[in-house]
Amino acid sequence: MDLFIAIFTGTIIAATPLIFAALGELVVEKSGVLNLGIEGMMLVGAAFAFWGVIAGLPMPLAILAGALAGAASSLLFGVLALTFLTNQYAAGLALAIFGSGLSAFIGRGFGSAPIDALDAIHLPVLSDIPLVGPLLLRFDPLVYLALFMFAVISWFLYRTKAGLVLRTIGESPETAHAIGFPVIKIRYLAVLFGGLMAGLGGAYLSVAYTPLWVENMTAGRGWIALALVVFATWRPLRVLLGAWLFGGMTILQLQGQALGLGVPSELLSALPYAATIVVLVIISQNRQMLALHFPASLAKPFRPAN
Amino acid sequence: MTPRLELRNICKTYPGVVANDDISMSIAPGEIHAVLGENGAGKSTLMKIIYGAAQADSGTIRCDGQLVETHNPASSRALGIEMVYQHFALFESVTVVENIALSVSSTFHLDSLAEQITELSQRYGMPIDPYRRVHDLSVGERQRVEIVRCLLQAPKLLILDEPTSVLTPQAVVKLFETLRQLAAEGCSILYISHKLDEVQELCDSATVLRNGRVTGTARPRESTSVALARMMVGSDLPEMRLDPATPSPEPVLEVRNLSAPPKDRYGIGLKDVSFTVHGGEIVGLAGVSGNGQAELISLLSGERLHSQADTIRINGQPVGRLDAAGRRRIGTAFVPEERLGRGAVPPHALWENGILTGHRNGLVRNGLVNRPKARDFAGAIIERFNVKANGPGASAQSLSGGNLQKFIVGREIELAPKLFLVSQPTWGVDVGAAAFLRQTLIDLSRAGAAVLVVSEELDELFEICDRLLVICQGQVSAPLHTAETDREEVGLLMTRLGGQGSDKRSGELALQD
Amino acid sequence: MHFRIEQRPEPSARMRVAAPIVATALTLLVGSIVFAALGHSPLATLHAFFIAPLSSMNGLSEWLLKASPLILIACGLAVGFRANVWNIGAEGQLIIGAIAASGVGLFYPDPESVLLLPLMFVAGALAGMGWAAIPAFLRARMNTNEILVTLMLTYIAVLFLSWLVHGPWRDPAGFNYPQTALLPPAAMFEPFDYAYRLNGSVFITVVAVVAMWLFTDRSFLGYKMSVSGAAPLAARYAGFRESAAVWTGLLAGGAAAGIAGMAEAAGPLGQLSSQISPGYGFAAIIVAFIGRLNAFGIVLGGLLMSLLFLGGDSVQMTLGLPSALTRIFQGILLFFLLAADFFIFYRIRPLREHA
Repeated sequence: MDLFIAIFTGTIIAATPLIFAALGELVVEKSGVLNLGIEGMMLVGAAFAFWGVIAGLPMPLAILAGALAGAASSLLFGVLALTFLTNQYAAGLALAIFGSGLSAFIGRGFGSAPIDALDAIHLPVLSDIPLVGPLLLRFDPLVYLALFMFAVISWFLYRTKAGLVLRTIGESPETAHAIGFPVIKIRYLAVLFGGLMAGLGGAYLSVAYTPLWVENMTAGRGWIALALVVFATWRPLRVLLGAWLFGGMTILQLQGQALGLGVPSELLSALPYAATIVVLVIISQNRQMLALHFPASLAKPFRPAN
Repeated sequence: MTPRLELRNICKTYPGVVANDDISMSIAPGEIHAVLGENGAGKSTLMKIIYGAAQADSGTIRCDGQLVETHNPASSRALGIEMVYQHFALFESVTVVENIALSVSSTFHLDSLAEQITELSQRYGMPIDPYRRVHDLSVGERQRVEIVRCLLQAPKLLILDEPTSVLTPQAVVKLFETLRQLAAEGCSILYISHKLDEVQELCDSATVLRNGRVTGTARPRESTSVALARMMVGSDLPEMRLDPATPSPEPVLEVRNLSAPPKDRYGIGLKDVSFTVHGGEIVGLAGVSGNGQAELISLLSGERLHSQADTIRINGQPVGRLDAAGRRRIGTAFVPEERLGRGAVPPHALWENGILTGHRNGLVRNGLVNRPKARDFAGAIIERFNVKANGPGASAQSLSGGNLQKFIVGREIELAPKLFLVSQPTWGVDVGAAAFLRQTLIDLSRAGAAVLVVSEELDELFEICDRLLVICQGQVSAPLHTAETDREEVGLLMTRLGGQGSDKRSGELALQD
Repeated sequence: MHFRIEQRPEPSARMRVAAPIVATALTLLVGSIVFAALGHSPLATLHAFFIAPLSSMNGLSEWLLKASPLILIACGLAVGFRANVWNIGAEGQLIIGAIAASGVGLFYPDPESVLLLPLMFVAGALAGMGWAAIPAFLRARMNTNEILVTLMLTYIAVLFLSWLVHGPWRDPAGFNYPQTALLPPAAMFEPFDYAYRLNGSVFITVVAVVAMWLFTDRSFLGYKMSVSGAAPLAARYAGFRESAAVWTGLLAGGAAAGIAGMAEAAGPLGQLSSQISPGYGFAAIIVAFIGRLNAFGIVLGGLLMSLLFLGGDSVQMTLGLPSALTRIFQGILLFFLLAADFFIFYRIRPLREHA
């Protein structure tokens, strides 16, 4: 039973950075913009949040610093892709490379000592209920924030006019512009939001999950988040499910390493990446399903005619 | 009386083009005013300026006597100006009511809005279901959505840009009734068209544009079409030379029992299509857009393959599974409806675009491109087809629509095709070039090629075709001899072909007429 | 005064030349500001970054030595990029190429055979192509996004390499360092001069650049790929197969990266280690874009990028600045270059005031 609780909670925790980053990217892609730079933004977020803790900021402010740094770095992509109409693939890659360099630069003095991690909540009485308490009510606040963001984004996209506008811009920015919506401005906001969420995901890694600073500590989670959006066929609930699936994969392979199954740890570590490929292949077979919620203008540069 | 709308000295330049040059006009309340001009005369630019979707370089706009200062579509709607675009401003993936909610400024209550839509659409005789997704709607229904969207705002000025180009003749009659009802209620209507007969039937007054300038104003009901046409074109229209066809005994293209699923969720499937095209004749395919033309043409061109090879035969050879390159090898040439991005690569130079399909004409040797030959090839097309371009080095996207179309048609004709497929040959092409292109198609067929023309312009098809086919809901009619049919018969086929079958759309379409 | 951004009727040839120069100048400017902010004299730091590394024979040798794999890989990647085939996993293909080539070098029965080096070359190229064939197959036949697959395969390649050099292939006499035994001399490119590390593998790059130019600028296959990239519907219209572009693009990148990996193992390193590449596979993506996917542009881009690598090492050694600056500069340079390219296609014009 303890093992089950450990695997369950471990899965939820491992999925949290992916949920943040992938939900953010979902909103960006729904607006028709493809930002490949999640890995870079997460690293920047992780570095700034860690810096915040070391500099003695209260934990919430340190996390906020990470989120804002992620948003600021996304602006670099936004200017290139939205104002200068650069190829979005190239601009996103530039951000991924730049973010990894910037985070390494910032993190050069962090040392290798762990910090005090973000505390888990402890509700009086409730958190002590057997089974339910340890399973559901003893996470740190960011785990709940990720779930809250899921609810907010689902509601926003499908229940509000602003969400409708965002989705229609993703389908046809030309038409949205013709009706009179500020396409570029809305896309900037979406990109900034994506950066904020990626920054949060990165912050979660460095101040709650590990909690220490290692160069390139995201280890490909930014790219997996990108794959999750495809896997989810651009639907929020499936992002959540996908993130848990990959979180579970990570935890299981860690448990496998701990148990010493005789399989080399490197090969177990490769499992989540291999699983990403397999899942992508399976999802890609159903073109109809991919097309159903696909933002038709994704990665196509748009400039309003004047 | 204060004019509803008054334009003074509007000027607008795009790089290399003067779209509007010193245009002034005024429209009274309740007036139906036509802006008449051929393709490229500057009508659409002018409408965008009035609606605020584009900004004039200079000039003034007054609405009910008030100077319009900051101008964008939102402020226009606040002034009571609404516009129905030629290519609709609708999002396919969401419902009618969501589409309309996007441009209604009130709060986001979809249910009450849906009630209003139902009520209003019935009052004006254009019923629509607010909860259907737009991609399930026919083109005519989409236009209704656009109009209802405008009417919900109780507009003072309604702009319609070429509204009949997507409608059957019967649906046009219906639309005109609605517009007259609106005008009688005091709404001014700005009606943009290049079709003289419609303007004469509907409009109280007209402003005629040519090359971005006003060339005259008229009371259409009191002028002759010859006089209006001269104002529009600047000269008399060239005459077509149309010798009688002498069809080859064997068909060049033979389509037999061709059925195919739609290529995507917005497409239309083909149902049991059969027809032939012989050498020496021009066959036209009429139909409201979105009824399966795109699917049929891509199956004929080889851009899409069919699992049964013998559903399509070219010169007797089954080709259903042959790709586009293979079909070209046996004498097919094709001019698609999209010029930029399909018929030509926008950033590539014309000599490079010549290679696209012309590479078989000795432009490639040992796997390497022979650049001098490619330049000569493009140069010859430019000369022979009178393409206005800055030489073979000009990029495809730098050409006007008409000139690029001449280049693409020229390139395909240089391949000496036995079968020539062409889609919307004269879309967006000025009158002179359109006449030239039509004559080119006639000459090609009279020289022995089989020509299939897909077009939404009935006039054009009647002008150049020997036989007509009508497509509706993926079904193709039996052939009609052009000389033995008329617009009414074709128009009915354009909506009725699907019959009263189980198809969900056929019932909706029946409402249209 | 109002301004309007408008598309140029034809791309500007002048801006095409000016854009990379302006972008480089802006990068230097930002660099100076960063150096000043870190408390270092901008001029001295720029000197240490860009001039000092090139003022010795050894420096020049290192410059070309590092530029060579960057240019080689970028040439291969650009073939695909021109057709919108996004191979982001050259790093993984490089690693697999290096593993295969090292395997041949270490385990070939006759360690003195003259065939050894050519065999390693073939092994590196084939292994790189094989690794790239996975995403090619998945994209061409299974409709799967190649960006994500090439990246995931890179992580897998890194872990596989790590397992090999920590485990079965670790040099027993290597003090537990994660590296293999040294390759035999016949498995190595001989340096031009034993005082420096530059070796004959640069000629592979020279040949690749010429081949790339011939392919992209003169060949019909290259033409077809550029059509696929610029207008996929036009390619379908003309009957050019998309899958051909996908396979060609990915295999070209894989082969180039695999050969580059082989040349690293058989050149400056002389063995397989977990540090086989200082990020050449990723930096080559930047090189390809800086060179505008054009053979000779890539040569210049590779030289510039190599200098950034050297400069990063140089300021770390002489001024104690972090070597992460290199990646920051690479990113900034790419940002400016991409932004500057805008002005090749667009111009800003003053607008007459509304009357």
